[in-house]
Amino acid sequence: MDGQATTYAVQMKGITKSFGRVTANQKIDLDLKNGEILALLGENGSGKTTLMNILSGIYFPDSGTIQVQGQKVAIRSPRDAYALGIGMIHQHFRLVETLTAVENIVLGLPGGRYVDRRRAEEKVRAISERYQFDLDPRKKIYNMSVSEKQKVEIIKALYREAKILILDEPTAVLTPQEAERLFGVLRNMRADGRSIIIITHKLHEVLAISDRVAILRKGEHIGTIETADATQEELTEKMVGRPVSLSIARPEPRRGEEMLKVVDLTCIGPDRVKVLDRVSFSVHAGEILGVAGISGSGQRELCEAIAGLYPVTGGSILYNCRVNGTQVMENIVGQRSDQIFRKGIAMAFVPEDRLGMGLVGSMDMVDNVMLRSYRSTPGIFVDRKAPRKIAQSLVRELEIQTPDVTTPVRRLSGGNVQKVLLGREIAYGPSVLVAAYPVRGLDISSSYKIYDMLNAQKEKGVAVIYVGEDLDVLMEISDRILVLCGGKVSKIADPRTTGKEEIGLMMLRGRGEGEEIS
Amino acid sequence: MISLHMVKREELPKREQWLIRGIALMGALLAGALLLLSLGHDPLAVYRDMVVGALGSPTVRKETVKIAVPLLITAIGISLAFRMRFWNIGAEGQILMGAVCAGYFAFFQYDSMPRPLLLLVMFLAGMAGGGLYGLIPAFFKARWGTNETLFTLMLDYIALSFVKYLQNGPWKAPHSQFPKMPMLDDRARLTKVFGVHWGWILALVLVAAAYFYVTKTKQGYEIAVVGESMDTARYAGIDVRFVMIRTMVLSGALCGLAGMLQLAGSDHTITEGTAGGVGFTAITVAWMAKMDAFGMLAVSVFIAILERGADKIQTTFKIPASAAEVLTGLILFFMLGCEFFIDYKLARSREKEARA
Repeated sequence: MDGQATTYAVQMKGITKSFGRVTANQKIDLDLKNGEILALLGENGSGKTTLMNILSGIYFPDSGTIQVQGQKVAIRSPRDAYALGIGMIHQHFRLVETLTAVENIVLGLPGGRYVDRRRAEEKVRAISERYQFDLDPRKKIYNMSVSEKQKVEIIKALYREAKILILDEPTAVLTPQEAERLFGVLRNMRADGRSIIIITHKLHEVLAISDRVAILRKGEHIGTIETADATQEELTEKMVGRPVSLSIARPEPRRGEEMLKVVDLTCIGPDRVKVLDRVSFSVHAGEILGVAGISGSGQRELCEAIAGLYPVTGGSILYNCRVNGTQVMENIVGQRSDQIFRKGIAMAFVPEDRLGMGLVGSMDMVDNVMLRSYRSTPGIFVDRKAPRKIAQSLVRELEIQTPDVTTPVRRLSGGNVQKVLLGREIAYGPSVLVAAYPVRGLDISSSYKIYDMLNAQKEKGVAVIYVGEDLDVLMEISDRILVLCGGKVSKIADPRTTGKEEIGLMMLRGRGEGEEIS
Repeated sequence: MISLHMVKREELPKREQWLIRGIALMGALLAGALLLLSLGHDPLAVYRDMVVGALGSPTVRKETVKIAVPLLITAIGISLAFRMRFWNIGAEGQILMGAVCAGYFAFFQYDSMPRPLLLLVMFLAGMAGGGLYGLIPAFFKARWGTNETLFTLMLDYIALSFVKYLQNGPWKAPHSQFPKMPMLDDRARLTKVFGVHWGWILALVLVAAAYFYVTKTKQGYEIAVVGESMDTARYAGIDVRFVMIRTMVLSGALCGLAGMLQLAGSDHTITEGTAGGVGFTAITVAWMAKMDAFGMLAVSVFIAILERGADKIQTTFKIPASAAEVLTGLILFFMLGCEFFIDYKLARSREKEARA
């Protein structure tokens, strides 16, 4: 690969790869120029990750050829890929939690039995400075935030002298600010002559960062275009195969009764830090309350506390519910989730970790549909008849792509998994719906489907709490936005009258007491 | 240049799965044949003798069933815990404690109540003994998150030492020179049905009961949810600690029941060998059957046949016990190993020209 002054870093020709009966890649041609950022755009299941796994040696293609710097190569393992200067940063990090950044970076490198830690550390520092990563090489992985872990993965690739970097949906787990910083790093690397492929389905990122866009749809290469010539609408249409409207509706709220009232909620985390500090707000029927904040500001704890799954130190969580025909505000603090259940509080919760908390991956749709309701039928046996009917109607109404309601949900794509989860939570007619990052990792059409579902719930008079990371979406869909910062409420803002920058600032520094806008 | 790599398969049709298992069995028998040839025996004769020794006559068939019964009941017991990803490797201890608790009534109270009541009390005591012994590690794990694998294993040794203590002291047979317990009075022994103690009927009933418990009841569903993810279980409103304890008590109770049957139906006394490795072999049974109740029935009979067969060839051909064990080990190795090829396949990549 030395000496050859070709313009192309990578040329993939006629790549085909199938898994059993599914063809993930069908005769794909893709090329990457030296010193460019190429965006690889496509819906979930369009074969982006498969194609990149082939380039990084995880899969071997059924047919087709790969050239790196003009040389025909066979990439049989990630080790081969590294030898060719190709490094991939996966969506799910592959790091050893109990080791430090440097230890993870040098792990698996060929060479002697002993690692020269000091030299490795110096090299890591040099790379960090060169591209302006801000990373402590001696920090243990388990103490790191998601964006720090990602930095470790990127430095790992650079440490191995990767000239070609592949990033699989790198911003899916980042806040807008973190994403912006990552893009800065990527631009620095491009200026340094490296070539980068970034897998994504977020259009504004494509337009912001890439030089060219390659679009895949259903395992086929639709085309590669110059980013400068592309518009969001054009890209969407190429990606989805039909025109899609990119605006989110915000129906006028018909605010009804107060359905949930949180007063001075305080929670202490495992390391004795206040993860929530005197949080107060209320949600009314028929509105969407957005929750914004940089990651780890207390969103997860807030959602879980509302759902009765997080230990509460102080304050109260009051649900509007009917006891013996009279309306009361029932405090759920101190009650176990099965007790809350029996009170008949109709609260739906779509947790952040879909397969780790919201669903049972190895079970089918039927068994997942009854997860939160199996207890309500009499007798010692589970009744699968009603859940089966609900599962079948969910498949029809939400257009869930699955061979059958008896297929384990783990086998479904991300968007379909989320439809199963949200669909189940809605199916039991909640009065309060809490959705944590419901579109994370979802493609455009699935995301818009989810927005529509949330709006439909709002119009039905459900009190909806939407915890999101994409500020643009939060501004468009929410009726009010609660901004969290370090476990405190910065402000409850009206997105119609507040600027995005202003909210961004509130996310970074708290403004003392939360004030209610009614 | 041909290279091989591993590829995960689509789920194979049932017929092909069994074909692979059949091939594995053939492979195991071939490998075993090489071993036997190297020892100077005719493999075919040895294999024939194994089958005849395990199934050839009503007498040996009864012996085979007697081996299979405790194995099956114990496997059903531990499979409940395993489904919850609670690695109960303490079945040996639970079997012994079940036998000891049943033994108290069998040795000392046999003349204080009518026979049906005595057997019922022994039955319940056996389950209580095993169940309480299973409760200990479950309680500690639920309360303080202790490691159940080490905990249950250590409890095995405690149970074994406890039995030795009873043998040497309080429960020693009155006029015996040796540290051993007395033989049971006839009244405390199980009656036979078709020549084998009625534990086998119980085992068959338990197979069906376990199947329904796991697939059709709310408790079985809860076990599966807890096994997959504790967070999901909490989210679903399941009391995880309670389910963990309840399931382990049940798991231990079934193992204890196996111990009681061993005492009252088979050995008619308690020794250090009452559990005799059944608690560990049952782990193999549960895994090979992938926790499926009917699968465990088939596998436990299969392993019982192997054990009986291995015993028989030791006497007929003077094959050393160790070699007979290697032979059964080989067969189990192939049978467990072939499951890998049901999930994965070796693919050959064709890219002679693409290699740079």
